[in-house]
Amino acid sequence: MALLELDGVDALYGRIQALRKVSITVDKGEVVALIGSNGAGKTTTLRTISGLMHPASGTIKFDGREITTTRPSKIVELGICQSPEGRRLFPRMTVVDNLVMGAYTRNDKPAIASDMDRVFTLFPRLKERRTQIAGTLSGGEQQMLAMGRALMARPKLMMLDEPSLGLAPILIETIFSIVREINSQGTTVLLVEQNANKALEVANRAYVLETGVIVQEGSGRELLASEAVQKAYLGM
Amino acid sequence: MSLPDYGFYILCGTAVILLLTEAVRDTTNFAQTLVFGLTQGAIFALVALGYTMVYGIIELINFAHGDVFTLSAYVGTTILGLFAVNEGSFTALNLAVLVIIFPVVMLIMGGINVAIERVAYRPLRNAPRLAPLITAIGMSFFLEGVMFLWKGPATVHFPNILPQWTTTVAGVFFGFKDIFVIVTAAILVALLAFFINRTRLGKAMRATAQDRDAAQLMGIDINRTIAATFFIGALLAGAGGIIYGLYYGTVYYQLGFRTGLIAFTAAVFGGIGNIPGAAIGGLIIGLTAAFSDIYIGGRWTQVVIFGILIGVLVFRPTGLLGMRVPEK
Repeated sequence: MALLELDGVDALYGRIQALRKVSITVDKGEVVALIGSNGAGKTTTLRTISGLMHPASGTIKFDGREITTTRPSKIVELGICQSPEGRRLFPRMTVVDNLVMGAYTRNDKPAIASDMDRVFTLFPRLKERRTQIAGTLSGGEQQMLAMGRALMARPKLMMLDEPSLGLAPILIETIFSIVREINSQGTTVLLVEQNANKALEVANRAYVLETGVIVQEGSGRELLASEAVQKAYLGM
Repeated sequence: MSLPDYGFYILCGTAVILLLTEAVRDTTNFAQTLVFGLTQGAIFALVALGYTMVYGIIELINFAHGDVFTLSAYVGTTILGLFAVNEGSFTALNLAVLVIIFPVVMLIMGGINVAIERVAYRPLRNAPRLAPLITAIGMSFFLEGVMFLWKGPATVHFPNILPQWTTTVAGVFFGFKDIFVIVTAAILVALLAFFINRTRLGKAMRATAQDRDAAQLMGIDINRTIAATFFIGALLAGAGGIIYGLYYGTVYYQLGFRTGLIAFTAAVFGGIGNIPGAAIGGLIIGLTAAFSDIYIGGRWTQVVIFGILIGVLVFRPTGLLGMRVPEK
């Protein structure tokens, strides 16, 4: 069953068209990857889903409900949370306070506390650094905190924007294995990546975005095997 | 540490050494000035907090803030006029009025400031930064015009309903007024610190200030946090206006222009956007003004204060507590 459905979405920055008739479906329980090069419109797609910008035309549906022009805070309440590109932590807040902000839309204190324990189990490093100011964490720790913060909303759909960007290869492995784990615990994931190889390995299905247009879609394995994708994104 | 940093420390160090020499030479005079400086510094601090909070969250220098401060004194004196308060001695009625005047005026000013944000700044949220800045100046003139029409160009009397008790300790003269101003300001700053650091809305305000998009992605309604910031800034300015009226006894419609600029200097000195910085900056600017009045001469005080503004902007734009602004 489709959890998220974008149908013919156009998005504009002023007069520049960033997305052209983008249609994406994410089913419950899936990991879907959105790959493409810099400036292809991947982040714009996520911003549009999150409600930070609204489509010029087309519709977005989430969990059977139209959210095309819903405001961002409402969208979070409905169950979409994003770990944005560049992490975008609250740099002068502690690790714990960043996680608390992630649970901003929730009121159930005991459940929030147990979710924080869950985040600390997924990312033991964050537990060690719980009172540290987020801006002073290393790149890898910041990425873990960004993902942990998004999890704190207990989202039905978690969107990850470039989680591997700027990380050492060993950390990239960790991050992707955690993406798998989060998914196996029941959260649907929409993953945006330039690291197409890794993304396609994790993803059930994937879309290829090129200058604002979806040019290809298929299962992760199909796209990994596809000649065009190999040439353009996998450096083969 | 860079060269401008050294310049900043050398300037501050020189000022402190000169003051210490004076403190040794004539301790009584120094202590007397210190008391006065702390008192007016407490008032500057209350106003400076509103500047810095608004700047921190929407990067707007809210030039109308000084006038919100003045307007609260106008509202305060009007409300006091409704009661038969006794200015000669401290009666039970005075106490009762004193207890209610603060919350009433503060809430009224909070409401007014939220309305100002709604009509004058929110429509320009995504406009180039100069646009809301100009609107803020316009709003400042508007509020001054309202006060001019309301009570005329002359100074307006503010009833002194505080106890008249005064004393002299080791040659230093002070009264209940001085203690009242400093204690009230300290309580308000402590409440603000608690609110900002411990409550859900306070944390959401900090999150909005640190990264507005990320705050939205966490489900924070930024219209609400921004309105709350204006509300709280006006609560503090409102209290500041009443305290000012009680302390000095008169206000006039353009008071907020100068006080606002001085409080703004205090906010910049402490590090614009930095809340503890604004409180400390207010105290330091208040002390500076008092010491300048006594040791350099009153006519130089504005030169000294705005000289500090220029000096901080040149040598240390991030201010005393130097908030490191994250790269975006």
